[in-house]
Amino acid sequence: MTSITGGGIVLSQLAKSYGNVHAVRSVDLEIAPGETVALLGPNGAGKTTTIDMMLGLARPDSGSVSLFGMPPARAVAAGVVGGMLQTGSLIEYLSVRELVTMVASVYPRPLAVDEALRLAGAAEFAGRRTTKLSGGQVQRVRFAAALVANPDLLVLDEPTAALDVEGRREFWASMRAVAAQGKTVIFATHYLEEADAYADRIVLLARGRIVADGPATEIKAMAGGKTIRATLPGTEVARLAALPGVRGADRHGDAVVLSANDSDTALRAMLGQFPAARDIEVYGAGLEEAFLELTGDEDHADYEGVNVR
Amino acid sequence: MNGSTYLRLEVMRNFRNWRFGILAIAFPLVLYFAVASANRHVTFNGTAFPVYFMVAMATLGTMAAVISSAAVIAADRSTGWTRQMRITPLSTRAYFRAKVLNGYLRAMLTIALMSLAGIALGVRLSAGEWLTVAGLLLVGLIPFAVLGILLGHLLSTDASAPAVGGIVTLFALLGGVYGFEVAKSGPVFVIMKGLPSYWLAQAGKTALTGNGWPAEAWIVIAAWTLVLVPLTVLAYRRDTSRV
Repeated sequence: MTSITGGGIVLSQLAKSYGNVHAVRSVDLEIAPGETVALLGPNGAGKTTTIDMMLGLARPDSGSVSLFGMPPARAVAAGVVGGMLQTGSLIEYLSVRELVTMVASVYPRPLAVDEALRLAGAAEFAGRRTTKLSGGQVQRVRFAAALVANPDLLVLDEPTAALDVEGRREFWASMRAVAAQGKTVIFATHYLEEADAYADRIVLLARGRIVADGPATEIKAMAGGKTIRATLPGTEVARLAALPGVRGADRHGDAVVLSANDSDTALRAMLGQFPAARDIEVYGAGLEEAFLELTGDEDHADYEGVNVR
Repeated sequence: MNGSTYLRLEVMRNFRNWRFGILAIAFPLVLYFAVASANRHVTFNGTAFPVYFMVAMATLGTMAAVISSAAVIAADRSTGWTRQMRITPLSTRAYFRAKVLNGYLRAMLTIALMSLAGIALGVRLSAGEWLTVAGLLLVGLIPFAVLGILLGHLLSTDASAPAVGGIVTLFALLGGVYGFEVAKSGPVFVIMKGLPSYWLAQAGKTALTGNGWPAEAWIVIAAWTLVLVPLTVLAYRRDTSRV
């Protein structure tokens, strides 16, 4: 089995609905071999559905997935994909080492079981039964099971959800070591910090669409601005948007809302040019604000928010 | 892929689950001792009762043993393990091989224990008779082994246990496994003869009279298998949704 290069990961016009819920509306994404990409977004953004389609666990309503030039089923059968799904516990009546050995046995070119256990930080409890583990230990074993595949593409769906702070740090250290071997890694998270710290590139999903895609620094800048709100009747939005430090402007009746990269400069400029402005509020645009802005949100009903830690 | 390692670990985890194994095997064993020891010298349907009932209870026990794959599979699905294995190169063929093998190992253990129970109550079969009975049982179990996998992919963990119990009882009752036949002629009898459990129940009787199965038996077993296998493969392939 040779390692497959070229092609990378290509998702084109991917869409999937469950009943009348549009889980994924239209996702186009190309990922080069060796990239570490975070799928960032709030709950319900379509991260897991996208991953399920990528792995062949869900059939797209339309669009296609190509993994290194193969459809998901072929790539999975060829053993070039390793994954850690969002939910899942371990089967009983086996030790940790036996379980990872079982998974390794179905791959054409697995890592040594002990190596996978060590990388995932599961070596010290390898002899223990799978039913005698803490939540964090279960996650490590699941990570070991994904690593032992020795895959070209590693897909992790919210891998740190069950971990404490210490466990998270150790997990990401392991993940980095794996990514450093030139593997393509795609992970889903709703924590900006994780995406920022561990991904080369962040793909921001909201409501089933990609709303931003770029290096971590770029996405962070988008989320780092502030919002200025003021009552200012009869002023052209375009003039407000042109103020220094202002990224965008919007009007709601008499109120204007400015999103600012540099709120101090923007505020001084606004008061200088439009002294009539009153009821001024300045507030930090958290990730949630940034997301709402980026998504042009018209329907908050299924929006569960983003956790910023 | 190292198929033997996978099989070995699948079998290992199955046999470490003693609660599961003991319940499946204990019921027909206890029933056998309770009923057959009181009727040691009775002749039934032309056969010594302990022999007849040994085969009947082996049939019941082995049917339960192979169908109970449903419970294991439903549990694997509910923990997300089935989905996890779906993103590995494990082939459908290897998956089925492991499930069928486990069912058959449980069935063979049941046959061994029932045979020992029979010996304890004075049953003496020649090697040829024993091999014929055991062989026909193992062949007749094929549709039930497949049915167990099918049910495992259709039912939840909670539903699988009563479903296994109910289906085994129904097939046993209609197939005449308990020692009485609900009909001797007419349309109900035609249906009975179309059930694989009827021929399982007949396996003991025909073997002990020196005859094998009639052609009809082989056709019924083959027909059930040929219908159930594609349904089961379909259920397995479709079953990738989050449970």
